[in-house]
Amino acid sequence: MSKQLSVFLENKAGRLSSVTKALGEARINIRALSIADTSDFGILRLIVNDPNRAYQILKDAGFTVSETEVIAVRVQDTPGGLATVLEQMSDANLNIEYLYAFLGTSEDDALVIFKVEDIKKARIAFKEKGIQFLEEQELYQL
Amino acid sequence: MIYWDQEKECMSRQSLAELQLRRLKETVFRVYAFVPAYRNKMDARGIKPDDIKSLEDIKHLPFTDKQDLRDNYPFGLFAVPMSDVIRIHSSSGTTGKPTVVGYSKRDLDTWSELMARALTSAGATKKSIIQNAYGYGLFTGGLGVHYGAERVGASVIPSSGGNSKRQIMLMQDFGTTLLTCTPSYALFMAEIMEEMGINPTDLKLQSGLFGAEPWSENMRREIELKLGINAFDIYGLSEIIGPGVAIECDCKCGLHIAEDHFIPEIIDPVTEEILPDGSQGELVITTISKEALPIIRYRTRDLTTLNTDACACGRTHARMQKVLGRSDDMVIIRGVNVFPSMVESVLLDIPGVEPHYLLIVDRLGNLDVLEVQVEVSEQIFSDEVRKLEDLGKLITRELESALGVNVKVRLVEPKTIERSEGKAKRVVDRRNI
Repeated sequence: MSKQLSVFLENKAGRLSSVTKALGEARINIRALSIADTSDFGILRLIVNDPNRAYQILKDAGFTVSETEVIAVRVQDTPGGLATVLEQMSDANLNIEYLYAFLGTSEDDALVIFKVEDIKKARIAFKEKGIQFLEEQELYQL
Repeated sequence: MIYWDQEKECMSRQSLAELQLRRLKETVFRVYAFVPAYRNKMDARGIKPDDIKSLEDIKHLPFTDKQDLRDNYPFGLFAVPMSDVIRIHSSSGTTGKPTVVGYSKRDLDTWSELMARALTSAGATKKSIIQNAYGYGLFTGGLGVHYGAERVGASVIPSSGGNSKRQIMLMQDFGTTLLTCTPSYALFMAEIMEEMGINPTDLKLQSGLFGAEPWSENMRREIELKLGINAFDIYGLSEIIGPGVAIECDCKCGLHIAEDHFIPEIIDPVTEEILPDGSQGELVITTISKEALPIIRYRTRDLTTLNTDACACGRTHARMQKVLGRSDDMVIIRGVNVFPSMVESVLLDIPGVEPHYLLIVDRLGNLDVLEVQVEVSEQIFSDEVRKLEDLGKLITRELESALGVNVKVRLVEPKTIERSEGKAKRVVDRRNI
């Protein structure tokens, strides 16, 4: 199970840049990110190389930040790759809260970060169905 | 010891009424003789000092309000020569010309006694170490509490407002047992303690006396929980004497007004009629022992109720309900009166929501709009948009049902709402009316 950092951001100029600046200055590398936004606020979701330290840095910088457990799935980087995984997840009755994708380091597959309702159930289902996912350290070390 | 001055604080209502009448007659006689502004007002109403024969006759006397103090700026309402005035305090004048108040030697003595009563009620003894974080200076809070604390014989730390980290260091190193400041500043310091990794229960702090701004019961609960203390309310206004006009006892069911020095009335703020016992209305106070600046029927703009029933603490002085709001802080939104304290009360009833909020009133087209900014703490934050939106809707619904007006709730980042080291600023009114 991998840790994602979620950060509350007001929709104001410069907020995102102050997060990335704080992380950059502390030599934290961002592996993946996505932003969910509404008209008033946004939630920044981050995968970084050192989530524990990054959490403390953002907290000290005055941000509301929380750790969320997510799972990073390897998806074949070919047409229909994601569809296959989603179909299998649906078959296993896994509820997805949200997801975001990023290109992995290999040429053959992409990575998709899933926030699911029940992460334990997801791991078991993934193993049964042969869906590859990354262990925590693998993801941070990418 | 639960009373500072048992004889005065627990005197029978009958003796109290006799004392009040005697002092009221003296006061009216003195202002008529020595303060032209009062004489003119009384003459205009056809009232002579001799017409005051009973306490009920107070209703014939003219009201005094902030404007009268401004019109007679700076010393026009003083009833003693300046050589007998030994202290001058003044408001900041942010809403107009400052209001200036003066004290004779006896006035300062009275004030010290009243503050000693208040501090004793909040648990102070000569063994207490009292940290006074009200601002020292022209504001009556700092020196008022200071003199009362010295009168009790406690050890006083005159830390004044501001420099929160040093305040906390003083609490730790000097073993402060009683803290005095505004309630919003108390909460702010609790927040700083958390940041500094200090557990308030490791401090010797036992109680706090908080005032100078309206605060809700929920805010009290929050302060008591976060600082691990017993929190007491204190009421006062500089025009009357400063802090100590009314004090809360252990029962925390209203604040005892020092009726041996003041006569309270509740009026309808619009018709100016005196309201029957127990009705909510504007508090009006007449000082009956002050020498330098006697004030007749001062319109406090504070909304409350009066209760003269016996109190379990043994004090006989009438209790005023915790002030809901000062009509100066009140905002009228599409004809509905909204007090910041009402917003505070709603927010603190929602688990995890911090009492840091700001009301922003604006006018779009011809319509008043109220935005309430609420800080998103870690306890209420979620990585899912839906949950945060649900929270926003819940706050909106609760506020709308309590206030009776439409509210737009804006979730903002933590610590972006300005913290106050004195009186908190809760309302920004952007309407240009």
